[in-house]
Amino acid sequence: MRVGLSFLIRLAVLLALATFLARPEWFASLLRPLTENGAPPVYVQASLLSLTISHLLMVFAATIASTLVAVGLAILVTRESGREFLPLSRSLVNIGQTFPPVAVLALAVPMLGFGTWPTLIALFLYGLLPIFENTLTGLTTLPGPVMEAARGTGMTGWQRLIKVELPLAFPLILGGIRLSIVISLATATIGSTVAARTLGEVIIAGLQSNNLAFILQGGVVVAALAVLIYDTLVFAERLAAQRTGLNRTA
Amino acid sequence: MRFGLNRIDRVGVVVALIAAYGLVAPFALFRANRIVQGEGRSLFSALPPSLGAILLVLSAIAIVMALLRLPLFLKLLASLVMLAVLAFAIGNAAGFLTPEGNNYARVSPGSGFWLLSAAFALLATDCLARLRPPPWMRIAILTAIIAAIAFVLASGLWDGLSILKEYSSRADTFWLEAGRHVTLALGSLAVAAVVGIPLGILCHRVEPARSAILNLLNIVQTIPSIALFGILIGPLSWVAANVPGAADLGIRGIGMAPAFLALFLYSLLPMVANTVGGLAGVPAEANDAARGVGMTDRQRLTQVELPLAFPVILTGIRIVLVQNIGLATIAALIGGGGFGVFVFQGLGQTAMDLVLLGAVPTVTMAFAAAVILDAIVELVAPANAGSGTGRKEATA
Amino acid sequence: MIEIDAISKAYGDVTVVDNVSMTIDAGSITVIVGTSGSGKTTLLRMINRLVEPTRGTIRIDGEDNGAIAPHELRRRIGYAIQGHGLFPHRTVAENIATVPKLLGWPQDRIDARVEELLKLFQLDPVAFGPRFPHELSGGQSQRVGVARALAAEPNLLLMDEPFGALDPVIRAKAQDDLLAIQKHFGTTIILVTHDMEEAFGLADRIAVMDGGRLLQYATPTEMLANPATDFVASLIGTAERPFRLLALNPVEKAMEPGVAEGEPISGEASQRDALAELLWSGRPALPVTGKDGIVAGRVTVDSLLKQARPA
Repeated sequence: MRVGLSFLIRLAVLLALATFLARPEWFASLLRPLTENGAPPVYVQASLLSLTISHLLMVFAATIASTLVAVGLAILVTRESGREFLPLSRSLVNIGQTFPPVAVLALAVPMLGFGTWPTLIALFLYGLLPIFENTLTGLTTLPGPVMEAARGTGMTGWQRLIKVELPLAFPLILGGIRLSIVISLATATIGSTVAARTLGEVIIAGLQSNNLAFILQGGVVVAALAVLIYDTLVFAERLAAQRTGLNRTA
Repeated sequence: MRFGLNRIDRVGVVVALIAAYGLVAPFALFRANRIVQGEGRSLFSALPPSLGAILLVLSAIAIVMALLRLPLFLKLLASLVMLAVLAFAIGNAAGFLTPEGNNYARVSPGSGFWLLSAAFALLATDCLARLRPPPWMRIAILTAIIAAIAFVLASGLWDGLSILKEYSSRADTFWLEAGRHVTLALGSLAVAAVVGIPLGILCHRVEPARSAILNLLNIVQTIPSIALFGILIGPLSWVAANVPGAADLGIRGIGMAPAFLALFLYSLLPMVANTVGGLAGVPAEANDAARGVGMTDRQRLTQVELPLAFPVILTGIRIVLVQNIGLATIAALIGGGGFGVFVFQGLGQTAMDLVLLGAVPTVTMAFAAAVILDAIVELVAPANAGSGTGRKEATA
Repeated sequence: MIEIDAISKAYGDVTVVDNVSMTIDAGSITVIVGTSGSGKTTLLRMINRLVEPTRGTIRIDGEDNGAIAPHELRRRIGYAIQGHGLFPHRTVAENIATVPKLLGWPQDRIDARVEELLKLFQLDPVAFGPRFPHELSGGQSQRVGVARALAAEPNLLLMDEPFGALDPVIRAKAQDDLLAIQKHFGTTIILVTHDMEEAFGLADRIAVMDGGRLLQYATPTEMLANPATDFVASLIGTAERPFRLLALNPVEKAMEPGVAEGEPISGEASQRDALAELLWSGRPALPVTGKDGIVAGRVTVDSLLKQARPA
């Protein structure tokens, strides 16, 4: 019954979000009390829907790239031939995690100029870390007897990776992707300070013109997207974890 | 042949490739003034010939050392010596390239310098990761490095570099913003600890409160930082205007108050979640034993549960501190100050040296905080090192 | 036939298996016993090359196992371990089908084999085939583990403490099942354990290892009569010797003509069970039934006591 209720709440959030993005003017009267001196309650310089799509596209493109590279690297450093890189890659991940997203973004600008690219690169780099870390955890904490059995049944190294290691690490990898997406959704808003087309544009416009309605609508749309994507991925992880029977989630 | 290949260190190959490319890439950038495009200067045109030759030879020796399977401390020493030599060389390049009496020209490190530094920093990191120095040793190494950097800064060796020219024209503001940055990061952490730990204990003891509080805090984390900072302007202006005395306390719609409050709200989740996680991780036998010897709930909490959960709670503090140092940069967008002021001013003026003046201290502080707190976490939890169920989630 | 010829394994300066030679007959059950660190598991794992020997050779039916690619060698040899090592993300049927799939058997042959094995291990194929390992009890998981090891019809089955994680009642049942299945397929079994009771219960021949060396390799009866070293004797347990000897032989070997009162005992039961029954019920003799279930004679306390000493 509780599952049903929380599902209904999420459905309602999704519907409200879709309505707001398609027809923001319907909400104008709701937002008007937050404005001063007759400022516009709804952001109209660009369509909210197109900003949202551009925001999501950036996050997904960066996450796909991060996933490919991070999972690839994690596989590499857990093979016999790449094991020498394991201590180093662990430390680099730890160091990387201390880099504030704003700093990553700011430091990408001198190399890439303003616009979409520095944001994409910052999202990509910042997204690598949770996925790499989770994949590494997944691949290095496989149950000993299972790995022993995989060798004992005569699987080659490649077959062990494809048929046993990756499937068992999958829920954890998914957990890393989830963390990565949620961080990227928020970091992308800061991308607007370097002129990327994201929902951050609305928030920054609000900050500059002291318009609380703008700040609120930008922030709430991003938060709602994050919550919905987060919950969907948690659900997917549970399904995947149930299938592996190991109960390993991030 | 096989014997020869086995003596090659694979990480060393990566270090060598980066360093070798670093040697041919522009060592320094020269610009006629602070906002025009820079032109690259190679190792020998950026440095006096003798110094360029010394750097080249030392680099070659260090690259060969990186490639061979030598004792790790020897490689560590080599990489640290190289980093010191690079620090010296880049300071020299500034003096060498800047025409006498020209105050507009800017010299900054080029990609060659950065690649060489990255290569040898990578080598040092690899050696440290493989040597696994004990916690106090890590703090000692960090302290030594920071002291060395402070010494170089004080000696004036780097004064000719563009980032320090930006600093010298803003020295007063720099320290003011540094103070604000630290106040925001540490102050909000302190308040979050005072509120979050008891809240975590409450969540642990009262089942129904747990999911409600944790869900709420999870949602707070999903709000993008620039929005949360902004959203709080509204309620705080209202408080400043309507609550007597609030304005006198410094509570205003913009400035440090909303920034402080936003950082506090972000800090709550890791604090509460780690307190709950730490308490939940207390072995059932320990709790049973505590009940068995006749401890009251309060005694059990203070004498058994909290001491056992402490390393995990400390991990929460580590997460919050590193996260807050990074997030405090956003405060600049709502007039809250901090190093973000330079980052966003620099982005606005396309003056990258100014961006670096804000970003470099932020990254350094976050890195130092992580090293120190990781070491402390390991020191207080020698028995169950690595059992921390820390949630390393960051928020932008 | 498995011929282990002067095999050694060293890790740096530490020799874990030291010049071991033994020949294992086809179709027999050999149990390797020893304390932990004795090298017994390493010896076993060198047979399917999960560990590569430092010196020496192992021949399986005359063929040097070092000449076969490791993964192909392992597909020919069954391998069951403690804690079963079932793949948690695959169903019971998929787990059992692992090696046949790797060998590229046609699907209908795989399906038939999986069903045959499940039935043999008293698991209903319809109910258990689609289940995941985490839905099984310990005993069921262990059975599936052995079924997986036998799936590709190997001539040789290696077992490393296969019953170590089971509680005593289920363990006894699993041991009986193993004997029945060995009889059914005629598989050669090499099993590692630290449990002497298990060794005497299963083995045609027992190999005792200590400190990497093979101390004695003999039939259980020989070992009871002439333990090679004090260590072997202490492993058997001096107080246990008469009972272990009784346990090795069936009642019919101590049967004499005559009649006795009360519930009869099967001639195939162990002499230890018969003695226990006599002691517990306070009777001087038990009637003994033959294979046909008809009373064929009796067994007395005296005749059993004579059996409890080495010949």
